[in-house]
Amino acid sequence: MLGDYSLTDLSSIFVMQGFAGLILFSVYTLMALGLAIIFGQMGVINMAHGEFMILGAYMTYLCSGFFQTHLPALFPAYFFVAMALAFVASGALGMLVEWALIRHLYKRPLDTLLATWGLSLILQQAYRTIFGPREVGVELPAWLIGSVQVTDTIEIPINGMFVMAITLLITAGVALLMYRSRFGAQVRAVVQNRPMAGAVGIDTEKVDRLTFGLGCGIAGVAGSAFTMVGSTGPTSGQLYIVDTFLIVVFGGAASLLGTIASAFSISQTQSTLEFFLSGSTAKVITLLAVVGILMLRPQGLFTLKVRR
Amino acid sequence: MISPKSTSTVHDNPFMKPMEWISLALLAAVIFLVLPMLLDAFRLNLVGKYLTYSFVALGLVICWGFGGILSLGQGVFFGLGGYLMAMFLKLEASSVENTKIQSTPGIPDFMDWNQITELPWFWKPFTSLPFTILAVIVVPAFFAFVIGSAMFRRRVGGTYFAIITQAIAAILTILIVGQQGYTGGINGITDLRTLNGWDIRTDRAHNILYFVNGGLLVACILFAQYVKRSKLGRILVAMRDKEDRVRFSGYPVASFKTFAFCLAAVFAAIGGAMFTLQVGFMSPSFVGIVPSIEMVIYAAVGGRLSLFGAVWGTLLVNWAKTTFSESFPELWLFGLGGLFILVVLAFPNGLAGIYRTYVEPRLTRRVKALEPAPAVALPHAAE
Repeated sequence: MLGDYSLTDLSSIFVMQGFAGLILFSVYTLMALGLAIIFGQMGVINMAHGEFMILGAYMTYLCSGFFQTHLPALFPAYFFVAMALAFVASGALGMLVEWALIRHLYKRPLDTLLATWGLSLILQQAYRTIFGPREVGVELPAWLIGSVQVTDTIEIPINGMFVMAITLLITAGVALLMYRSRFGAQVRAVVQNRPMAGAVGIDTEKVDRLTFGLGCGIAGVAGSAFTMVGSTGPTSGQLYIVDTFLIVVFGGAASLLGTIASAFSISQTQSTLEFFLSGSTAKVITLLAVVGILMLRPQGLFTLKVRR
Repeated sequence: MISPKSTSTVHDNPFMKPMEWISLALLAAVIFLVLPMLLDAFRLNLVGKYLTYSFVALGLVICWGFGGILSLGQGVFFGLGGYLMAMFLKLEASSVENTKIQSTPGIPDFMDWNQITELPWFWKPFTSLPFTILAVIVVPAFFAFVIGSAMFRRRVGGTYFAIITQAIAAILTILIVGQQGYTGGINGITDLRTLNGWDIRTDRAHNILYFVNGGLLVACILFAQYVKRSKLGRILVAMRDKEDRVRFSGYPVASFKTFAFCLAAVFAAIGGAMFTLQVGFMSPSFVGIVPSIEMVIYAAVGGRLSLFGAVWGTLLVNWAKTTFSESFPELWLFGLGGLFILVVLAFPNGLAGIYRTYVEPRLTRRVKALEPAPAVALPHAAE
């Protein structure tokens, strides 16, 4: 199947597909980051994670409409406002859900899974009622449209680069927050030993709520970034939830670096295979490989060495 | 999550307690007498379809309720059973006379549409009914064995197992939809007509299949009951509650878990095969993530520790689903979502749990109140 292309064509294909893979990687990373915090750190399975992401996407959609009609002068910059709003909305909903639902279920992880699945159904139907069943897209500001011509055969879309830059910023921010701040230290302390963390004066309930809210907020930002590369419908979140969980598990649940590495390997494999095979075959092969590796190495790529 | 109420002592343990015999008789009466008398042919066929799901719920009670292994991929086994049965029926429906307008007569229509000119090798054995029935049992059991033994031996359990089985359900759906020429794609395998020459589309055939289905269900309940009260069943419960202690006592924990998972898979596959026979088609929409989780909620609503509860839960949820989605399609997802949350938060043991906490004590009190009454009354009467 490689014989039909010349060498320069092939290298261009690999660069372009690699870049398409990088955009996929950015979206996966953003989604998986929130989940890595919630599932990896707290051990809570949040099946409604995709719906928190979609909430962010709808917030961006609303913002884009609002700026277009009321503040057209500021339209080029609306995206930053939308992202902040997406973070706040998803984070606030996340904290509400933690208070109403999750905190009663910390000792029953399998039940959390069912309850959050129920939540995801409710949210989906709510989106369908409020925003309609059809997929919506946002209007991109002019400076995000177009692409950079690198060589004759290689061109790179600007919105893709913007998504990657945002991913980089947020990943760095989360890493700093988790490993260099007082709050991060508290989160890790609560995760490793809850009673001991409580004994040294950490308000574990508050830390739980903030951590869950943070994870959901990041999902909201992921959804906001997602609107730049795809359209949003009430059930879009569900399409990504399995991939995202696999990424977090594949990376080694408690490791941020592992999450990023596994998002990278999965997205690159998938987008490279997609060029040569049909989309569904590429996805099947990628997922099968991940499941196969997980069966042989259930702890994932990277593991945190902690005595339990 | 775990209720100590289901534990029973080794001795003075007959096959079924009197109350359980009554439950079984009640269930059998409803399935075999009440529903066939009350419902018309269409509705009865619908109930038959619901009952095929209850095989899956029954398997989940063993696997999840007793064994503590939550599988979110039961749709895989339901689908395997259904597809294997559908392959046989489809081959019978695609005889050379029936398909002579195709460019290649004698192969299923969807293969012809996808420019496949020869029957693929894995379709060939399904011209034989005994092979198909064997395959409906063996293939899902084998899959479950491979998945289960690979994972339980590495001590993967709980949430990880749930996520990986869910991924497998996703993979199988994508595979079936993608390989249109071999599987019928998103439409599934449709237009099934006869089983060994017997037309399965008539009302009379639906009626007979309904009773066969009910009989199989009762047989599966009895087998599950046998497993539940055997030593194996007690080890399963012990493992769920204190896995390490069972392992240190020298039991091969992984093998027991694999067995429970395989049994659940076989139950699901029987349900799937009966589904295909009664409904007349099979499609990927019964394989994927969403149906798999819905099947878990059937078991959860009925009570994850109760074999009979699983059947009642399935019937109730499906009845609600049909009623609500017929009259208020907008509200159904809110209702289903709310049901998930309500069951988990307020009634972790489902309908059976409600029955055990609220109804049973009152019943036994009533029975006890009746029994000593003559003994107390007698001396008075003697005076």
